[in-house]
Amino acid sequence: MIKPLLVFIRKEAFHILRDRRTLIILLGMPAVLVLLFGFAISNEIREAGFAVLDQARNEPSRQLTDRFRASPYFTMQEGVQTQAAMEAAFRKGSLKLALVIPPGYGEPPVSLQLVTDATDPNTATTLSNYASAIIRQEWAGRATGQQASALVEVKPLMLYNRELKSVFLFVPGVMTVILMLVSAMMTSIAITREKELGTMEVLLVSPLPPALIIVGKVIPYILLALANTGVILWLGTAVFDMPMRGSYLLLWASALLFVGTALSLGILISTRTSSQQVAMLFSLMVLMLPTILLSGFIFPIASMPLPLQVISNAIPAKWFIIILKDIMLKGGGLSLIWQESLILLGMTTFFIALSVRSFKTRLA
Amino acid sequence: MQNSPQSPIIEASKLTKQFGAFTAVDAISFEVERGEIFGFLGANGAGKTTAMRMLTGLSRPTSGQARVAGIDVAAHPEKVKQRIGYMSQKFSLYEDLTVMENIRFYGGIYGLPRKQARQAGSQLIEQLGMEAFARKQVSGIPLGWRQKLSFSIALLHQPDVVFLDEPTGGVDPVTRRQFWEMIYQAAETGTTVFVTTHYMDEAEYCGRVSIMVDGQIAALDTPDRLKSEFQAANMHEVFLQLTRPKP
Repeated sequence: MIKPLLVFIRKEAFHILRDRRTLIILLGMPAVLVLLFGFAISNEIREAGFAVLDQARNEPSRQLTDRFRASPYFTMQEGVQTQAAMEAAFRKGSLKLALVIPPGYGEPPVSLQLVTDATDPNTATTLSNYASAIIRQEWAGRATGQQASALVEVKPLMLYNRELKSVFLFVPGVMTVILMLVSAMMTSIAITREKELGTMEVLLVSPLPPALIIVGKVIPYILLALANTGVILWLGTAVFDMPMRGSYLLLWASALLFVGTALSLGILISTRTSSQQVAMLFSLMVLMLPTILLSGFIFPIASMPLPLQVISNAIPAKWFIIILKDIMLKGGGLSLIWQESLILLGMTTFFIALSVRSFKTRLA
Repeated sequence: MQNSPQSPIIEASKLTKQFGAFTAVDAISFEVERGEIFGFLGANGAGKTTAMRMLTGLSRPTSGQARVAGIDVAAHPEKVKQRIGYMSQKFSLYEDLTVMENIRFYGGIYGLPRKQARQAGSQLIEQLGMEAFARKQVSGIPLGWRQKLSFSIALLHQPDVVFLDEPTGGVDPVTRRQFWEMIYQAAETGTTVFVTTHYMDEAEYCGRVSIMVDGQIAALDTPDRLKSEFQAANMHEVFLQLTRPKP
């Protein structure tokens, strides 16, 4: 049975290699997406106008001010020293964030005020997060953690992403979307193409077992998906300094598991549809949109309404993104990701069982 | 299990297929002899395709039995599949592969050794006179050539029976004639040909013809005897008499 399988894989490789346009898109897209998210669509803000209203004018307040001055995220507007000047600068738009240090700052308990230009709430939130992080750093050096956290709101995200770098979010996200696209959408299209051409019938009349037909069709796409994983991983770590704190072996094994889940979805779609167009639309609507919107890639799951949070549990991408972050950022081992891995494994088994069932009903 | 040369190559006995309450094929029984060209006719929806799917192991009968080359199709579909060839009305070639690659692929999935597949391929291309097309992708060669190639590929592993599902759809009359010459050649070498068609002139070329109406075989005989039985000038009239709703 090995020889017919090799014959089949060879044929499938011809299909992929000869469809130049699709191949270029499949190989080029991961790089383009990573670069796009890294350079253009970055939600990092740099060199935002910043001012300090220092009413304390003592050693601790100067230290805190210097820390802000050193940050690449903020550009100090040295001229803004009074409340009136601050208000004017906010109105002009040159000031995005102001820190008010009250008289007597330095002896806990202290309270600081962050004033932001909330006409753009996203920017305002991001900036106040940056500022909070800087203040926390300042206080972590001089006070105990308890006092520091009493001072400002601390988001758990900062724990592993102190600088709030968005690259940490989009590398796992882009990888997930690409693997879903290559594995699920491309295989569902490739299988339905055989149906449309009528070659599927001929293959089914041949002595090839149906399982072998499917395996032969998906193996080239597994290789393609893993190649994409490598490209994204390399760009993320080499160009954007994404840390890789965990084991590469575990990361590749998880990627393979997720590819398996995506493939089983693609196979399921192809058993239920008979034309390439339907398969593509179905993949886009049912797989790609939730993968992008509901997986936590772009919108944080915690800030979704409850019904959507519940639905997000059914999205394989959500679990894969968690696994990727756990391995890459936290350096976690199998003990940290076994639950998510089991969920993906369970989903894969479920989708394959469903595919086999609908395949059998078609034959019966 | 092996059947003797005298016994029929295809035996259907009370072959039935139901989809829910609808009976697509209603207890049909017939036999096809070795080396025969058997025409399988019927209007659209009469149950031809379903019957053919049961004979090729693509679909399981609700009741009744089909034996091909002496093997029970439902019980051992994988054994039957090694003994039959199949050509669909879409000609089923990969358009982005070359002629030679198509031949070698189909040879490979039928377990032909690489060397043998290559030899058979060169031989076939020579027989068909397709040397000029051998390294061309199938999308670039004319429909008539694709049809001949598709038929030859179905015969590549020397099957006992070849099933042709409307093999001449969309092909011009001259090419159709040439194609039927290929069918005769195959039958002369002992391959049984089981063919469905829409063209009544093609029905005249068959050794025997069966006509399905509403899931049942309404008539089965040689074209000559069918014409005299129905007092018709040609097969077209026979077909109309059988399929037209009775007044």
